Amino acid sequence: MKLSELAIGATAVVREFPKAGAAFLRLREMGLVAGTRVTLIRTAPLGDPLEIKVRGYHLTLRKSEAEHVLVDPAA
Amino acid sequence: MALPAHISSGVSAAPSRTPVYALVGNPNCGKSTLFNALTGLKQKVGNYPGVTVEKKIGTAYSQHGQPITVIDLPGAYSLAARSPDEAVTRDVLLGRRADTPQPDRILCIVDATNLERNLYLVHQILDLGRPVILVLNMMDVAAAAGLDVRAGRLERELGIPVIPCEAVNGKGLIELKLAMSRADLPLSRHAWDIPAPIAPAVAELQASLTANDRKPPLIARAEALLLLTDQDSVRVAGSTPLSARTTEILQGWQKRWEGEGTDWAGTLVNSRYDVIGRIAAEAVTRAGHTGPTASDKIDAVATHPIWGWMILGAVMTLLFLSIFTLAEYPMGFIEDGIASLSDWVKKDSGLPDGDLRDLITDGAIAGVGGVIVFLPQILILFFFIGLLESTGYMARAAFIMDRLMSRVGLNGKSFIPLLSSYACAIPGIMATRTIEDQKDRLVTILVAPLMSCSARLPVYLLMIAALVPGDRVPVATKVGVMILMYALGTFGAFGFAWLFKRTLLKGAPPVMIMELPPYRLPGLKDVALHMLERAWIFLRRAGTVILGISIVLWFLAAYPKAPEGATPQQQLAQSFAGRAGHALEPAIAPLGFDWQIGIGLISSFAAREVFVSTMGVVFNAESKDDDTTPLRQALLATKWPDGRPLFTPLVCFTLMIFYVFAMQCVSTVAIVRRETNSWRWPLFQIAYQTGTAWILSFIVYQAGRALGF
Repeated sequence: MKLSELAIGATAVVREFPKAGAAFLRLREMGLVAGTRVTLIRTAPLGDPLEIKVRGYHLTLRKSEAEHVLVDPAA
Repeated sequence: MALPAHISSGVSAAPSRTPVYALVGNPNCGKSTLFNALTGLKQKVGNYPGVTVEKKIGTAYSQHGQPITVIDLPGAYSLAARSPDEAVTRDVLLGRRADTPQPDRILCIVDATNLERNLYLVHQILDLGRPVILVLNMMDVAAAAGLDVRAGRLERELGIPVIPCEAVNGKGLIELKLAMSRADLPLSRHAWDIPAPIAPAVAELQASLTANDRKPPLIARAEALLLLTDQDSVRVAGSTPLSARTTEILQGWQKRWEGEGTDWAGTLVNSRYDVIGRIAAEAVTRAGHTGPTASDKIDAVATHPIWGWMILGAVMTLLFLSIFTLAEYPMGFIEDGIASLSDWVKKDSGLPDGDLRDLITDGAIAGVGGVIVFLPQILILFFFIGLLESTGYMARAAFIMDRLMSRVGLNGKSFIPLLSSYACAIPGIMATRTIEDQKDRLVTILVAPLMSCSARLPVYLLMIAALVPGDRVPVATKVGVMILMYALGTFGAFGFAWLFKRTLLKGAPPVMIMELPPYRLPGLKDVALHMLERAWIFLRRAGTVILGISIVLWFLAAYPKAPEGATPQQQLAQSFAGRAGHALEPAIAPLGFDWQIGIGLISSFAAREVFVSTMGVVFNAESKDDDTTPLRQALLATKWPDGRPLFTPLVCFTLMIFYVFAMQCVSTVAIVRRETNSWRWPLFQIAYQTGTAWILSFIVYQAGRALGF
């Protein structure tokens, strides 16, 4: 499933990432790589961007990026 | 095949001259606090030539009083730069900047509560082959969060000194200074395997960088690794370009990998995080499962769909209330001070009556006074911006506003600069440095002066007074017209932002990858220091320009001299300024303005509120303080030569529209010049804003006339 489809409060593991694009490289460098656990904390009051928790800190990204990050729901 | 890393384990001798340390770290890890604690007030703040990135160099003293130079590099998440700030950090560390010495040693500060992501930058920096000291900051916060971060384990894993520290209260500073003055700082023994698919490329690039770009071998290896993740990263002025041969090799490999479908950049990042994950697991243990932190609890309210808006609204209201009420008192003192100084020069200084005295009082003192009278507002604004930044609320405001800003192609980070511009465009424009994307930043700078600033208020108030018949303006009318003017400016700003993002400054779709740092108590000392730095920049840049312009404007109004006994009104009418007003009249007559209003428009370049005092001189009606009644009556009595009244309600309204859009502020021009590093953008700004002002005023005036107003 897509990171943008995750329910609020749910945790998932990153599976796949687009190769190209500066935004995705930066997301990787911020610690979001294949195998990383992410939790969707909330969406902004107007529904976008998203706030996720990754490696113990909070990060925002827009739905337009989150749509391209594929995740597997964590047990 | 994995190529083993080849970092020589050795010992670097202490340099004989004053050692140069670079201080690097992620944003929000307490770097500025540590820098201030290390160097005190012994700092030099400037700009890197050719880029608008702040350059801060300070001197720290070892426990034995030996000076140590510390360069505070801009906060960075990675050496693969995504913003000019990060590009400068990368270039200084790689020795690519001729204007800054390559640091001998590196001080890496990390947030102990967020070790993994912070270690990513450290991991890149260890590749540089320079002695590195790791500062583990916020140990107290980590302990409170139930994290046990063991410095000894990290030291063993990385092979460099690791100093636990609490920069906010100075804990660990002595140990850090002792480490910094060590003569025998070890080089990192940490080795990691470059992933097999890219190892041959790294080796080939390293050889070329050594041979063709004359880089020392270790720097060459670090740079080779960086080039692979840095392909389309930010370039800034003042950085030495790569040799043609190296670029050729890089492009050759990229083409090949693209053909094979190899994700080279991703492979590199992943392998770094593999290593970091292992190190962090060794060094950090979580003591039990902790519930939501205080920061999480605050955020549940501060970014709540309903409470979030109310808190944002309350914070902004508080900001504006303090700007307009708190600033009033010091502004009054400054105005009185300027007036008494001017009086003293006129009466008691012993200077003879004449041009020199007038130049000092009406030119220099009035000009400088006109600048520093805005200082209280600007200081308060910078203080608030600093407070919002250091507490972490700034990021939340951007998070909440991002969706709205995205409608015009900007992101949430443009919100605070634009909002500040309602008070004054100058701090707003200076606050755009937090916007990483250069095009977004430029668009924000270009539209910021359209937000109605406080200097327009006196003009609006005078025009509203002249607009409505009767001596007392109904409050509802006053407020209604005022809101209309503010709304016009705001819609104008967003409209132009939308237009510029689609035409002139078209860029990649904006992203909003931003850290939401935990809430922290503000470091008041750091906030105050930051505020004073900013205010000093304003005084230096805008002050000098304004002083010059004020003297020129004084000269234009004082020469040529009218015959003896002429009134100030007659003097102004036949001065250069008066003649310029006449020359301007054909251009502004279609807007319903005559040459006398023209003088006011010209003098507004010093500051918009000067319009009111100029009108006072032009129509020979001194208005005292906030009472504009005499001036209002004088305006209403003024007629065109053919007997038509000049200040009809339609003309007053048109004039307000003109003031909403026109670029009439020299200080803003000076700051835009500084922040964009060229004359191109301030000139473009004058042209588009004043052009829009003319066109809209023309439409309003002509349509109003056609409708019989």
